Amino acid sequence: MANVTKQAIEPPIGGPLGKAIVWVDERFPLMATWKAHLSEYYAPKNFNFWYYFGGLSMLVLVMQIVTGIFLTMNYKPDARFAFASVEYIMRDVSGGWLIRYMHSTGASMFFVVVYLHMMRGLMYGSYRKPRELLWIFGCLIYLCLMAEAFFGYLLPWGQMSYWGAQVIINLFGAIPFIGEDLSVWIRGDYNIGDATLNRFFAFHVIAVPLALLGLVAAHLLALHEVGSNNPDGIEIKKDLSPDGTPKDGIPFHPYYTVKDIVGVVVFLAVFSAIVFFSPEMGGYFLESANFVPADPLQTPAHIAPVWYFTPVYAMLRAIPSMFGSQFPGVAVMGAANVILFALPWLDRGKVKSVRYRGPIFRWFLGAFVFSFLVLGFLGTVPTTVWGQVPKGLPLLGGVDVATLVARVLTAVYFAFFVLMPWYTKIDKELPEPERVTY
Amino acid sequence: MKTATNTLCRALRTLTAVALATFTLGTTGALASGVEVALDKAPINLNDQASLQRGAGNFINYCLNCHNAAFMRYSALTQIGLSEQQIRDNLMFTTDKFGDTMESALNPQDAKEWFGVLPPDLTLAARVRGSDWLYTFLRSFHRDDASPSGWNNVIFKNVAMPHVLHDLQGTQVLAKTGEKPGHDGHIEPVMKLAVDRAGTLSAAEYDRFVVDLVNYMTYMAEPARAQRSQIGILVLFFLVIAFFVSYWLKHEYWKDVK
Repeated sequence: MANVTKQAIEPPIGGPLGKAIVWVDERFPLMATWKAHLSEYYAPKNFNFWYYFGGLSMLVLVMQIVTGIFLTMNYKPDARFAFASVEYIMRDVSGGWLIRYMHSTGASMFFVVVYLHMMRGLMYGSYRKPRELLWIFGCLIYLCLMAEAFFGYLLPWGQMSYWGAQVIINLFGAIPFIGEDLSVWIRGDYNIGDATLNRFFAFHVIAVPLALLGLVAAHLLALHEVGSNNPDGIEIKKDLSPDGTPKDGIPFHPYYTVKDIVGVVVFLAVFSAIVFFSPEMGGYFLESANFVPADPLQTPAHIAPVWYFTPVYAMLRAIPSMFGSQFPGVAVMGAANVILFALPWLDRGKVKSVRYRGPIFRWFLGAFVFSFLVLGFLGTVPTTVWGQVPKGLPLLGGVDVATLVARVLTAVYFAFFVLMPWYTKIDKELPEPERVTY
Repeated sequence: MKTATNTLCRALRTLTAVALATFTLGTTGALASGVEVALDKAPINLNDQASLQRGAGNFINYCLNCHNAAFMRYSALTQIGLSEQQIRDNLMFTTDKFGDTMESALNPQDAKEWFGVLPPDLTLAARVRGSDWLYTFLRSFHRDDASPSGWNNVIFKNVAMPHVLHDLQGTQVLAKTGEKPGHDGHIEPVMKLAVDRAGTLSAAEYDRFVVDLVNYMTYMAEPARAQRSQIGILVLFFLVIAFFVSYWLKHEYWKDVK
């Protein structure tokens, strides 16, 4: 060990800064990390609009962590003081309203960018070999994000916080045999109360963010190991220049750093417009009933989850209960998320990108997106929204039209996955190009 | 799951009830015997400091007798152009401190006994119900001998609150003015609010009084609201400039990507 000598390191720039970098580099892989992940990480040059959202997800994650730290400085995770402490932040803490609105808007915008990021993966086959693990880390991040949002929503201790959490925790009660005990164990009480608030605070502030950060690191390491996919779905590493770099690749830094800055500015404009001019977003980001303190004795007239949970919530409501148990709905709701993990092994297509897929895949993908959006809408409104099927009809008479539609769309959602091995195989695909289209 | 199902059922029942009743208020003022009414638009303006100040006075003189505004400090009223001396002299009870929140002198025990419910805290009422709802609510009280307080309200059936402002508005009654065919072939009465005894204010003056009050309550529900739009314009202005700079930077760097 004693005889190991490091190669002399060339200073990347002159002057004292260059010397400082050399000093660090002799003790820590600073330049090597910089090169491997930024200046010599080659990304395809044909990234389009859809490729902004991975970076933007990281931006929102950082914003949530920073604003979250400042919120915890004044928030009190105590059922007696939680609601008042949020109002204290909104009124008496200087800049508190801005921090709080950034955090509440950030929660919703996190799902906006993550849903768009996942959509990109579906369109261009980014989950396909060799990116299966990358995709799985992403799915785990998505699950963590849902948990994080759910725990965080209880903290303001308003009526929707309380009753929303009540509805979700009761879902666990539908699991056969262990359900009731499980939901008591989650709440730490027979009802949602101070114990629940305290533990949700712990999960929201420490446990889930730690898991999220670890998974994001794994997601990035996996990405940089296999390299980014691109809108053509072809591997740029197959076609190398004499110097060993991909012909269709460009260094992430500076090319994509400067490009992503443009995306960040546009995103921040949208984000700021919401924060400063419409932080409630018409009740979709902050529900008006949540400005009433939690009251265990008074159920609100209409309990709707926040918009990002409404697609799965609509599925839950649409599935009829069996033997007096809501378990089938709960199982479908869980399956809707878990089935994402299987995607890399369900797809039998030869090409990755939707650009060269056949018509069947395109129709299925379109139907899937349509079902997701309409289910999302239906989850925000009562099932009576479209009236009932006329009583005279056999079988369906008297059933809510919206419930019927939600059932059909739930089937469409799952058909996209379940039928994928079949339709991707028989689809008439187009030939992929040799080089990326730029 | 039981609670969730119950909740859902209750929500559906309420909404069905709302959907079944047909209403029009506003220009015609015609009402059915319903649960909810189309709301009048409250012509409020958060930049009108004189209105906010009058509204603060109205709120403290009338609402604060029974309701709290437990998250609102007297000292915050300096944001609507009042000086500390003005606030101390005109708006505070002598026992209050300048940094205190607005608490009613009403004993909660008494309140429960008199009204059957505790009057809700009003700090956030405008965010919960909306300004238009408050504006319509405060103008929709009418005499009702069947109710314990002797009052009822068109948009909040059997509300426990009596018409505190009846000295100003006068009294209204809900009178039948005609009939119309309703659901399932039943004949429904067309009901209309009408003043049967004038108050100390004219109808226009009373509306003005309520506008000031609702304007203030909207401000109180979110004191940062005026401020955030101002900052927002600056932030967006900065981002527009940042967009052009960053776009130019990207354009320069990407010139050599062929």
